[in-house]
Amino acid sequence: MSGHESSYTPTNAFTKWLDTRLPIVRFAQDTAINFPTPKNLNYWYTFGGILAVCLVVQIVTGIILAMHYEASVDGAFASVERIMRDVPYGWLLRYIHANGASMFFLAVYLHMFRGLYYGSYKAPREVLWILGCVIYLLMMATAFLGYMLPWGQMSYHGANVITSLFGAIPLVGESLQTWILGGPSIGNQTLQRFFSLHYLLPFMIAGAVILHVWALHVPGNNNPTGVEVQDVAKDTVPFHPYYTVKDAFAIVIFLIMFAVFVFYAPNVLGHADNYIEANPLVTPAHIVPEWYLLPFYAILRAITFDLGPIPAKLLGVIFMFAAIAVLFILPWLDTSKVKSMRYRPVAKQFFFGFVAVCLLLGWCGAANPDDPVIPALQGDPKLVVSYTADGQEATSEYKGGGEAYVDAKRFMESLPADSNPSLAAVPAPTFMFRHFSLILTFCYFGFFFLLFFLGLTEKPKELPESIHKSVLKREKASASAVPAE
Amino acid sequence: MTDTPSHDHGETIDDDRRNFIHIATGAAAFGGAAMFAWAAVDQWNPAADTKAASALDVDVSKIPLGGEIRVLIGGKPFFVRHRTAAEIAAADSVNVATLRDPQTDDERLRPKGDGSLNPAILVTSGSCTHLGCVPVGPAQGNTGDFGGWYCPCHGSHYDTSGRIRKGPAPTNLPVPDYKYVSDSVINISL
Amino acid sequence: MKAFRILTAGLAGLMIAASAHAAGGAAHPHAPEEGWPFEGVTGQFDQASLQRGYQVYQEVCSSCHSMKLLSYRNLGDPGGPFYDPDYPNPNDNPFVKALAAQNEILSPTPNEAGDYDFRPATPADRFRSPYPNDNAARAANGGAVPPDLSVITKARHGGASYVYSLLAGYPDDEVFKERVVTEATDDAPAEVQTVIDTSKLHIGHGDDHHYEGYLIQNVGQYYNPYMPGDTVPQFEGDPRHAPPGGFLAMPPQLVPGRVEYSDGTEATIEQMSYDVAQFLAWAGEPKQGNRRSLGLAVMVYLGILAILLWFSYKRIWRNVEH
Repeated sequence: MSGHESSYTPTNAFTKWLDTRLPIVRFAQDTAINFPTPKNLNYWYTFGGILAVCLVVQIVTGIILAMHYEASVDGAFASVERIMRDVPYGWLLRYIHANGASMFFLAVYLHMFRGLYYGSYKAPREVLWILGCVIYLLMMATAFLGYMLPWGQMSYHGANVITSLFGAIPLVGESLQTWILGGPSIGNQTLQRFFSLHYLLPFMIAGAVILHVWALHVPGNNNPTGVEVQDVAKDTVPFHPYYTVKDAFAIVIFLIMFAVFVFYAPNVLGHADNYIEANPLVTPAHIVPEWYLLPFYAILRAITFDLGPIPAKLLGVIFMFAAIAVLFILPWLDTSKVKSMRYRPVAKQFFFGFVAVCLLLGWCGAANPDDPVIPALQGDPKLVVSYTADGQEATSEYKGGGEAYVDAKRFMESLPADSNPSLAAVPAPTFMFRHFSLILTFCYFGFFFLLFFLGLTEKPKELPESIHKSVLKREKASASAVPAE
Repeated sequence: MTDTPSHDHGETIDDDRRNFIHIATGAAAFGGAAMFAWAAVDQWNPAADTKAASALDVDVSKIPLGGEIRVLIGGKPFFVRHRTAAEIAAADSVNVATLRDPQTDDERLRPKGDGSLNPAILVTSGSCTHLGCVPVGPAQGNTGDFGGWYCPCHGSHYDTSGRIRKGPAPTNLPVPDYKYVSDSVINISL
Repeated sequence: MKAFRILTAGLAGLMIAASAHAAGGAAHPHAPEEGWPFEGVTGQFDQASLQRGYQVYQEVCSSCHSMKLLSYRNLGDPGGPFYDPDYPNPNDNPFVKALAAQNEILSPTPNEAGDYDFRPATPADRFRSPYPNDNAARAANGGAVPPDLSVITKARHGGASYVYSLLAGYPDDEVFKERVVTEATDDAPAEVQTVIDTSKLHIGHGDDHHYEGYLIQNVGQYYNPYMPGDTVPQFEGDPRHAPPGGFLAMPPQLVPGRVEYSDGTEATIEQMSYDVAQFLAWAGEPKQGNRRSLGLAVMVYLGILAILLWFSYKRIWRNVEH
């Protein structure tokens, strides 16, 4: 299935016999052992392997947890805690699974940013990129479904908020929402179907991963120069052992970070509220999704205005889904002929800006929209006395320190008894997270428009002739003091 | 190992395979995977709450003479039978040497607090030792050819001491770990 | 890529700093001055303190708060308050059996007549619940269900420090005042209000804020600076300088000597708060001692494997320019 010639020769009678019937050894040799891989891949290229490990870890721990989990509104919370308390090593498996989701997303984001930086979405790898986006979507769906299963306060109310998004769709929205929930609200039936789908989707991810790897093996790996392989002997090394050992090293470094979370901060990426059993009558004061969905949550909340006939709620949903949809058409949005941003000095700056925008959107998603972005810049709140005079609502404002309060108090005392005065502190107007999110949302989409025009105007740096030459040049520069072998 | 640069990767790799560092790395990685596999396998063992629910107090004074009660401990069935004098005599009169699984009736009883045996109360497992079916007994009106229990699945007959007498079952109905908490209450545990 | 790295690190730091600041209007919970013994890479629980903490729970908290996820056998688990190496199976531990038997519970299974009897608990039983259900709990506590304490340290920001700060953080008696709202008449007695003179409040260590004014404490509500909430609506004073914290339905429970420790430790408010907070931290995750010790072994292993792989990697790539 790969573009290059098979280098496998069966050595004994059995492998010869097998090779003419099921060429599985040939397949493994060609895809995972001898596959020619550019010799200049850096550590940003190890996240593919890391993600494979993440998927396997999630599936293995997930299957085990499903052996002990009970998908019912009465038993779910207690069954998760039973796993933590009574099942042998249950606490370890559950913490690996819960933190594994975060690690999975961390790795997938770095993998995606790497693809973005080195232009790995461009021809001939568009399908590879789109399959990656499909995997990402499936991951988000899986994570969302799985977050409901512990049946904590965040599980319940988070699912409530997200399923309400479907209610924003015109005409069919409310029917769709009822259909998803299987009732007027989230109940036992919802939990059971979410559990079923949470079990199913990872296997769909695994299927999409196989397609993703297949699509990778047809054109072969991109590389940091973005220059395609010209001479297999000079430009590439076999995947094994060169990249297996490099990936393995990166995987272990990643696992060290993973283990720090699992063993020493297992709940730091979660929410305390999710250790309170779901209570449909009380919504947590500050409801936010898991960190990896925060940027999209920020985009959703940033839209607070109606646009013509489109109400704000629907517009927010449209923008949120558009933020993901835009990734699917990225291969055709970017008009530049040069793949790697290494040779695109202007686009490179915007790329770093885009990374910053995504991180800041995440920050906004975690914050209360009405909080000031920079508290230090916010002026002192003013005091406002509200009262009724002659049947009319009236207010009186006081600014300043302690004397303002004394003045306000004196004013209130001077009012007639039936004026019903009340005193409140009103925060000074400032730059709030809702404003910041809106700006960042436009920056987010702006980046993709920019890529379109930048490709037409930008003057790229000189590209190396080949992967081999680019490596030699660097070697010479760094090893000029040391005689080369 | 070779120090000469080689452009033939295949040769270099073959050399490297025997290198100590690769062997050590592979062994360490395998060891770690095995440790994780240990945790993944150990979780199949009974959980702490399952183990804790594996004992039960049974008040034997409420069992009618000639009848039995069936209790579940950790999901496993147990028979507690109040034997009549005739049943006790039948269990005692058997020539132990002729049995498939030789055991006297007294060996199948546990002493009370004062050390004496109470032959009226027999406690056995409720799973046929053949393939685990639950035999029928006095409550179902079928006690088999030997007055004890009869397993309808494959036709094993047990006598009034729960010993296998006829049929495919290889051993007697096992006697669980139990003790007399008082004269009328026994505590059965797995 | 250097710019990228600096940018990422900077932003990550900023976001962490911002999220740490995001907690509501309550005073920041603080750990006891000497810290918690169970924190850090090798931290383990102080067993004597866990035992005292169980005593505080049993004698004080358990009259209103359930701990549904705990069984008496857990007390004898390795790392638990009453673990005895002679009894690796906690169900056999005579001390645990005796502690369990002190509690009359409603049997979860019916008797021969089909009724549910009260009987002494066994180690396999769950902790006794003070109320048969939430409605009974609500009715007995003026509409507020006392939260289950099984995982309370994981369900609140600040964990054990929050429990400790909250229990020991109720204002001292000297700040309370009774205020007559309406004078007594022939028909009705005087209406009296409890207010807190907030200028006398000292919250936490080294708090030099001054909250000039009065906080009105409604009947059945108790001010605590560590309780998440909002004091502004109840504050008579400059609303810009309202004290931190909120109101909860639980009156202060711990007074010096509320329990008598069998090991002779003096039962001060701080001591009892410390012990019960540590007990609740253990109850929230009884396996956390295992977690930390296994974690250390895993880190050492992964470190060694990383070093080995690094040399393996260097060796394999030694003849390839890349």
